[in-house]
Amino acid sequence: MLREIRPAIVLLLVLTAITGLAYPLAMTAIAGAIFPAQAQGSLIEKDGKVVGSALIGQEFKDDKYFHGRLSATLAPDPNDSTKTVSAPYNAANSGGSNLGPTSKALADRLKEDVDKLRAENPNQPVPVDLVTTSASGLDPNISPEAAQFQVPRVAKARNLPEDQLKQLVAANTEGRLLGLLGEPRVNVLALNLALDRAAAK
Amino acid sequence: MTMVGWLQIILFCVIIVALTKPLGWYMTRVFGGERTFLSPVLRPIEAGVYWVSGVDEKREQHWLTYTVAMLLFHVGGFLVIYGVMRLQAVLPFNPAGQGAVAEDLSFNTAMSFITNTNWQNYGGESTLSYLTQMVGLTHQNFLSAATGIALAMALIRGFSRASMRTVGNFWVDVTRCTLYVLLPICVVYTLFLVWQGMPQTLGDYVEATTLEGAKQTIAVGPVASQVAIKMLGTNGGGFFNANAAHPFENPTALSNFVQMLSIFLIGAAMTNVFGRMVGNQRQGWAILSVMGVLFIAGVAVTYWAEAGGTSTLHALGLTGGNMEGKEVRFGIVASSLFAVVTTAASCGAVNAMHDSFTALGGMIPLINIELGEIIVGGVGAGMYGMLLFVILAIFVAGLMVGRTPEYVGKKIEAREVKMAMLAILVLPLMILGWTAVGVVYPAAVASMANAGPHGFTEVLYAFTSATGNNGSAFAGLTGNTFFYNLTLASAMFVGRFFMIVPAMAIAGSLAEKKSIPPSMGTFPTTGGLFVGLVVGVILIMGGLTFFPALALGPIVEHLAMNAGNLF
Repeated sequence: MLREIRPAIVLLLVLTAITGLAYPLAMTAIAGAIFPAQAQGSLIEKDGKVVGSALIGQEFKDDKYFHGRLSATLAPDPNDSTKTVSAPYNAANSGGSNLGPTSKALADRLKEDVDKLRAENPNQPVPVDLVTTSASGLDPNISPEAAQFQVPRVAKARNLPEDQLKQLVAANTEGRLLGLLGEPRVNVLALNLALDRAAAK
Repeated sequence: MTMVGWLQIILFCVIIVALTKPLGWYMTRVFGGERTFLSPVLRPIEAGVYWVSGVDEKREQHWLTYTVAMLLFHVGGFLVIYGVMRLQAVLPFNPAGQGAVAEDLSFNTAMSFITNTNWQNYGGESTLSYLTQMVGLTHQNFLSAATGIALAMALIRGFSRASMRTVGNFWVDVTRCTLYVLLPICVVYTLFLVWQGMPQTLGDYVEATTLEGAKQTIAVGPVASQVAIKMLGTNGGGFFNANAAHPFENPTALSNFVQMLSIFLIGAAMTNVFGRMVGNQRQGWAILSVMGVLFIAGVAVTYWAEAGGTSTLHALGLTGGNMEGKEVRFGIVASSLFAVVTTAASCGAVNAMHDSFTALGGMIPLINIELGEIIVGGVGAGMYGMLLFVILAIFVAGLMVGRTPEYVGKKIEAREVKMAMLAILVLPLMILGWTAVGVVYPAAVASMANAGPHGFTEVLYAFTSATGNNGSAFAGLTGNTFFYNLTLASAMFVGRFFMIVPAMAIAGSLAEKKSIPPSMGTFPTTGGLFVGLVVGVILIMGGLTFFPALALGPIVEHLAMNAGNLF
């Protein structure tokens, strides 16, 4: 058995060097050369400044923007570091609400948000993804229905015709891959950037 | 449930079955020490590794030596992770300036990664430096996966050999598995993932100014290289807190689909390796069929439950299924399928929050783990777990006809059955024992996030996941406490090694036996009767053991939900 001790130490160190250093560092170099934009995080710049990542959702509260999904991410409480406070779309601490199907807190939150959205747009059924939190708290997408649902509010805030916004939503809708994989979706940040450009014209 | 949804599920199954045979062929050659198309590049590296570590690749080991070598290897692996986590503040590759990880959390995480559990009491982007992610987690993702596969190979050799005292060489198996199987796939896979949008950088977290003028700090890092092996090696420990739900850890529907395939890839291929090594590939297909039956049943229930939604959603007129804790790009079907895949295998990555699943939708992942994760299972671990159940099923069949049971030419006798039972009894001991403590000990009760039966399920799920070395969670439970860090670590340790040692004892005992040719009285183990028998034994064993606990958790929660009770 004693002769197994040398491989236990040396082989561990050699394989650690290969899989824990050589492999990730080599992949970083290769990926950075072939796919530089993705490797850096698919960042979007506007006027030379980073406004976000194409893959990471961000918070929109203003009526003139399309809103994303609810986010349950947290951040340390600035007043007491042992506690956390709500910090939607905190891209340095992802996570979901973890509320279960029989949670009273979840039922109350859903009711409040559904009532608010019904008041905003009584003509369409409330899309489920607009009142539920995403798993990561950073979901960049909403369903096409959820985008269409917000068209009247955005149109009013922007003073733009609803038809133009509906076309904008349609142009920013991605379908299923090969008609099969994934779900139809709208990237909220991309839609809002397109909206800003359309409004500027 | 929709037609498109079912087509996604069917496509998934078809691709897995199609890949089983070619990869099984390749892996059989690798572990047989034969030449492969990668040998010209890898053989010199392999020989060099043996030379510096003093490994004689021709010398095989007795099962006990093999097991001791494996254990020594893990002691070292544990120390590396623990050391790097404690020292990360003063080591390089730490642009976010993460401080040292606390002792109990480091202990838990080190245990979690050497046991292939990858339970996340740590919060990736908020706790760990890039060096910890690479040297601590990525390297152990490789080695714990390679270990699982090596152990399965040793057990398979027990079945395929006759009158031999050795079961292979642990060092050679681990090295060959890492170099010839895991690394080449991961190199290609990493590039695919980056192409899909996964970051792979050592740069700082990005500071962005959002369209509304707020500041957003976006965590990045060497994500893709870790995620590739996290999935392929059924490890499942996330780079980010939200794991594969995080858009950087799973950017697209395609990356999601390929991640699911890669979870099952090696586990499914192991059944073919088994078939080839015992001289009849149909033996492997029979085992894959057992897995397939249980898998499809689980997917159907979870998909049905999640698509149906909850009574809370129905009361508000919300349709479209239970989207709480799910991502739009995956939707109901890809989230449900992922949940079943990740718990059928011992991966534990999640692309949706299991804690927010419906009661029945969340019960299937729980059952998958409690059945021993033998539905494809962890790489290697699923295969040796399944073979333990096969031994029991064969034993039951032998009792029914009053004949000494035999399987692929080996007589199954008292020693094998005792060892198989010992390994399987570890599951209820750890899962039910610790859950009982967790729901009465005050410091543990405070960790529950949901009230009522759902809180109980959170605790049950935690110990189930730890014991089964899965790593997924009902993540509302606050696991990063002294109590949970230590108890979960003990469950992971016992769940892994108290299963491995009896399995290896079986390997040694089988290898020494003579091989007997099949006769008229031999129970055929390639047909539907055998598949039905094994499925039956698995369900009866699991059902008898865990039904009472499930009744207190998800089942009562489902009934309460339908009766309109909230907690």
